[in-house]
Amino acid sequence: MNSKEGETRTPYRDYCGWFEAEDVARIQHKAVQAEALFRTTGITFNVYGAADGDERLIPFDVVPRIISASEWRRLSRGIEQRVRALNAFLYDIYHRQEIMRAGRVPTELIASNAAFLPMMMGLDPPGGIYTHISGTDIVRTGANEFYVLEDNARTPSGVSYMLENRETMLQMFPELFAKVPVREVSDYPINLLKSLAACAPPACGGTPTVAVLTPGIHNSAYYEHSYLADHMGAELVEGHDLRVVDGRVAMRTTQGYKAIDVLYRRVDDDFLDPLNFRPDSMLGVPGIWDVYRAGGITIANAPGTGIADDKALYSYMPDIIEFYTGEKALLPNVPTWRCSEPEHLREVLDRLPELVVKEVHGSGGYGMLVGPAASKKELAAFRAKLEANPSNYIAQPTLSLSTVPIFTKKGLAPRHVDLRPFVLMSPQGITITPGGLTRVAMTRGSLVVNSSQGGGTKDTWVLED
Amino acid sequence: MLGKTAGSLFWMARYLERSENNARLIDAGFRIALTRSQTAAAEWKSVLVTAGVNQAFQAAHGDYSSVRVIDFLLRDPANPSSILSVIRQARDNARTARTALTRETWEAVNTSWMTLTALLKRQVREDDLPDVLTTIRQQSAQVRGALNGTMLRNDGYHFALLGTYLERADNTARILDVKYYLLLPSVAHIGTSIDNVQWETILRSVSAHRAYRWLYGAEISALKIAEFLILYPQMPRSLAFCSERMENHLSQLQRHYGDETDAWRLAHALSHEKLNAPIQSIFDGGLHQYVTGFLRDIANLARQVERDYRFVE
Repeated sequence: MNSKEGETRTPYRDYCGWFEAEDVARIQHKAVQAEALFRTTGITFNVYGAADGDERLIPFDVVPRIISASEWRRLSRGIEQRVRALNAFLYDIYHRQEIMRAGRVPTELIASNAAFLPMMMGLDPPGGIYTHISGTDIVRTGANEFYVLEDNARTPSGVSYMLENRETMLQMFPELFAKVPVREVSDYPINLLKSLAACAPPACGGTPTVAVLTPGIHNSAYYEHSYLADHMGAELVEGHDLRVVDGRVAMRTTQGYKAIDVLYRRVDDDFLDPLNFRPDSMLGVPGIWDVYRAGGITIANAPGTGIADDKALYSYMPDIIEFYTGEKALLPNVPTWRCSEPEHLREVLDRLPELVVKEVHGSGGYGMLVGPAASKKELAAFRAKLEANPSNYIAQPTLSLSTVPIFTKKGLAPRHVDLRPFVLMSPQGITITPGGLTRVAMTRGSLVVNSSQGGGTKDTWVLED
Repeated sequence: MLGKTAGSLFWMARYLERSENNARLIDAGFRIALTRSQTAAAEWKSVLVTAGVNQAFQAAHGDYSSVRVIDFLLRDPANPSSILSVIRQARDNARTARTALTRETWEAVNTSWMTLTALLKRQVREDDLPDVLTTIRQQSAQVRGALNGTMLRNDGYHFALLGTYLERADNTARILDVKYYLLLPSVAHIGTSIDNVQWETILRSVSAHRAYRWLYGAEISALKIAEFLILYPQMPRSLAFCSERMENHLSQLQRHYGDETDAWRLAHALSHEKLNAPIQSIFDGGLHQYVTGFLRDIANLARQVERDYRFVE
């Protein structure tokens, strides 16, 4: 919130004026109210591996994270460029593979990647879109320094928090929104619906029928799945609601089977079709793959898109962007060591206590090492893992992430944050909702923002010009 | 609407109704146990039979002490119809059907679940039991209020109400099924009144002891009680009332979807044939047989609804 010289940064000026005039006890009271609101609404999640039926809340902080109009312009241009490049890259690796022929990305990185789906080779997804929905994780390290931390194109989650956090702020502090000009986020579900409908498959006649596919009520993101279906006015289906009927994927309604045109799936590729992928999957639809191949349904995101989340591939993103757009990346990558390369591995092992090491296919903050925060024992254990399977890891420097204030019992206190804006892509263009999900490490000094590791969230404000 | 969603709305409503009915049964049983300790065990047994969980109780406990039975009915995980299990299932069904519920209705169900889960975390002391039972009924009323006040009168609403009345009819019929023997001897001796406490228990378990007084005055006869619970069209828990509502919601569904269903035909027959007879002829034909037949009919109706509207594959 403050610049290095200790002054309040411009975007926070109006908010700070308001905050200073407020009674801290009142804000404290509102914070407690907000939690009760989240519980009643049912915005809870299940932690994998935790006691059965244990539902938790993601901690919510009442102080918004504020981004100026000009900062947002820069960010959104960079994000748009990146998502365009990713989509072009996916098309390319599933068609002519020019980028590999040109030697800009090593062939084995793609071919031997578990997230690469050979079945997608030569297949044209409707509208040429792979990444219908994506989330770009961004961190800030200084006044005008933003880095992209990772790309999420498999099944990015968290957008319901973006929407509910704003809803909660509007209920708690309506007067604030009269003082500070904040851009709206509430049209996300309707934009999502339009964007998905614009990708309808050739078999669709008339208004496209969109449905959301969820693994069910025990999934940790179920709240989000039901929220999005509800706000789009789309059916929320599970695998056992669907079957292939007359060459279309159809859902069982009270009046018989009805064809679906666009399926926004929140299950992984592996679980989509037990006939063509994992035979033990109970989540998917037998035969959906054949319907997809024949142009009978749009699957969003397209199967095989998950490779874009690969952390080893991430290190090639600057090249990928240049290759497909002819421009330099507008938003820089965090420098990354690929442990699969011997020199990189040596350097990583030498400097382990100062680095962050992540699994190539990992997500959710599981299985990662934060060097500066790790004990000698943890470091030694991780060193052994690295040496045993180096190509499973990448390493990055520990960035001096910027902090934003959170509300604590003792007043405002700085905490590290990241930002995940949500991006929609269709043949009609790219839509980025102004704002996104700000995740915050609730423990002082911590750099881990994942909800599964005790991170919280806060509302994100992009200011009007 | 998805068949699964329709089924979840139907079951959400059934479970909510069940939690309320079970609270009422516990209340009635508790009263007897307090005032007539010598018949307490028999009364608890009949409560368990009415709730359809006597076998499960026998397997887990055996002797009918008030403390055990109450805890079993409120909280025992071994009891699929305990208040705790039932409210959990109501909420799971509401979550599954979340997109078909208004925010108010969903929040009422979720709040019920949170409130009752917290309330029943530990064994309930006997002194606290009346308060706990009141809360259970209030929670149920809140959901009903939200449903009634905010839901569109579309197919989803009708599936939920259909579930409510089916469960309620089932409950009233089970009470009659378990208690029919109390009503029998006195019919033979017109003028002999049945045991005061016993008839009050029956009426109390459908929250109708006062209503009965207003209607029939001081005359307490088996015939009148049976008439009231089976045929009285203005009594919201009578078989006739529930059947008329079921037929009505099925006919609204038919209008909504535009085709005639077997489920509607069954409900129509129930309300226009089975429940269109004087009480004396029901007794003449055998009260027990009549009630057993009714229970079978609504079980068939439930299965037919499930088939007609494709709740499952």
